[in-house]
Amino acid sequence: MHGCGRSILAHSALQIKGLSAGYGAARVLHGIDLTVERGETMVVIGRNGVGKTTLVETICGLTSHHAGEIIVHGTRVEALPAYKRNRLGVGWVPQEREVFKSLTVDENIRIVGRAGAWTPAKIYALFPRLAERRRNYGSQLSGGEQQMLAIARSLATNPTLLLLDEPVEGLAPLIVQELVRVINQMRSEGSLALVLVEQKHEIALANSDRCVVIDHGEIVHRSASRDLLADAETLERLIGVAA
Amino acid sequence: MNTPTAYFEGLARWKPLEIVFWLVLVGLFFVPGVNLPLLSQIIIWGLFAMSLDLLLGYRGILTMGHAAFFGIGAYTAGYLGKFGWTEPISALFLAAAIAAAVGLLAGRLVRSLGGIALLMVTLGLNLILYDFVLRSTELTGGDDGLQGVVIGQVLGMFKFDLYGKTAYLYSLAVAFLMFLIARALVKSSFGLALLGARENIPRMIMLGAPVGKDVSAAFAIAAAMAGVAGALLTQTIQSVSPDALSFQRSADVLVILILGGTARLYGGFVGAFVFLFLRDWLAQLNPVYWYFWIGLLLVVVVAFFRKGIVPSLGVLFTRMQKKRGTDERTPNRAAL
Repeated sequence: MHGCGRSILAHSALQIKGLSAGYGAARVLHGIDLTVERGETMVVIGRNGVGKTTLVETICGLTSHHAGEIIVHGTRVEALPAYKRNRLGVGWVPQEREVFKSLTVDENIRIVGRAGAWTPAKIYALFPRLAERRRNYGSQLSGGEQQMLAIARSLATNPTLLLLDEPVEGLAPLIVQELVRVINQMRSEGSLALVLVEQKHEIALANSDRCVVIDHGEIVHRSASRDLLADAETLERLIGVAA
Repeated sequence: MNTPTAYFEGLARWKPLEIVFWLVLVGLFFVPGVNLPLLSQIIIWGLFAMSLDLLLGYRGILTMGHAAFFGIGAYTAGYLGKFGWTEPISALFLAAAIAAAVGLLAGRLVRSLGGIALLMVTLGLNLILYDFVLRSTELTGGDDGLQGVVIGQVLGMFKFDLYGKTAYLYSLAVAFLMFLIARALVKSSFGLALLGARENIPRMIMLGAPVGKDVSAAFAIAAAMAGVAGALLTQTIQSVSPDALSFQRSADVLVILILGGTARLYGGFVGAFVFLFLRDWLAQLNPVYWYFWIGLLLVVVVAFFRKGIVPSLGVLFTRMQKKRGTDERTPNRAAL
């Protein structure tokens, strides 16, 4: 849409350099550096209230930017309004889901659909459950179905960088399994970059390529997800939960 | 698993009840002794309320100044007729264009507002215009309105007659065309985006849809249709007075739409039918206190059929269908 056909391949999906941001004058993030490559899944973990959600909201353009650069496929976006960042390929599935309750599942998916690989048909293939409920209203869905719909709606805008904020929070184990399957299927597409913020670090680490751990608004650890998952000692020190 | 076009085509399919609705309106023309001037008024009010529905029902914009656009259309048609442009259909186009231009400006002015602020600003704009028309006696004829408005024959063939036959068929045809346009709009992706913004503006922005522009566009379209309704009124009664853009009219059209039900398009027409028939009947019983009964009706309808007449009937209809075992599970918004 914005003529980034070739540049998408040449640049990282997301590059963040020396980013400081927060809400108004209050600074939550301090000098964040990170890179997410095309087709890669990065998980952001950390204790409650350390700035994980602030980080994704800053990428989307919902916080006050203080310093540093946010580069999406080679384009600096930190000064762009939220809707333009979305059009450059940044999709965001918020923790609160916020599906349109007065619209049907189908309408939710089509509302701002943009041309691309993720057609409604392909999205329904990924979420058979939504296909069954496509004529139901947003208000008639369970929490898990709403989560699926929020992801589906974001996919319909054909993002190249998808930010998922605690997608499995508060959901039943079966639904969690279903969402993990969806996440892995999106990963297998190969072109979509995923950033996953998650409290349930075991699930997150087991289904991602790399991880960063945030504490007090700074990145305190970065490694392959596999390595951190295997290193119970470091994990315990960073996240502070009994294994 | 249909394509986007197939989806919107599916939405656009006519329901039997819709066809019946318009056939009844045509059929009323042939009923002996029917009050055609009143029916013309109903059609015009219905069109006016439908234009408000685009803003209130589909986008959630609560405006108290919609009569301003109606008045602009009415006065445009009035001036044209007064100064020799008597051809009615081209006058409708001009009325629509001028009202749309003002609507676009008004939309730009209010698009970042919401809630009470929006209500106050639209009300304010309406009052300013009303006061201007009332005071500029040399320009507008003030309280007396425009004198000497001449309207030619429709298509050069049909003269506006004393019984209101031409007026009724002409109003009905124009209203139906406007309805077709509105219907196509709300069943398109534009209409879907309006509904999304009605519910959750920040979310629409995060999905890459800037919502300011659609407010201006919705205002322009709604204003154009309100302007057409106003022009129709001028043409069918061959005069225009400041009543056309009074605050009372803005309030009445809101009452009509809420009575009939929002976000249905038909709500405005049904509301106008109930409102004007009752007003006519009550005014005959007691010419002074009829607003008491209108007020009571409004309280009763809103208290017991919270969403208005058409949506309540829609729910009833779906329930009856379910009882009969034909559970189609179609969204009832599309039912009528």
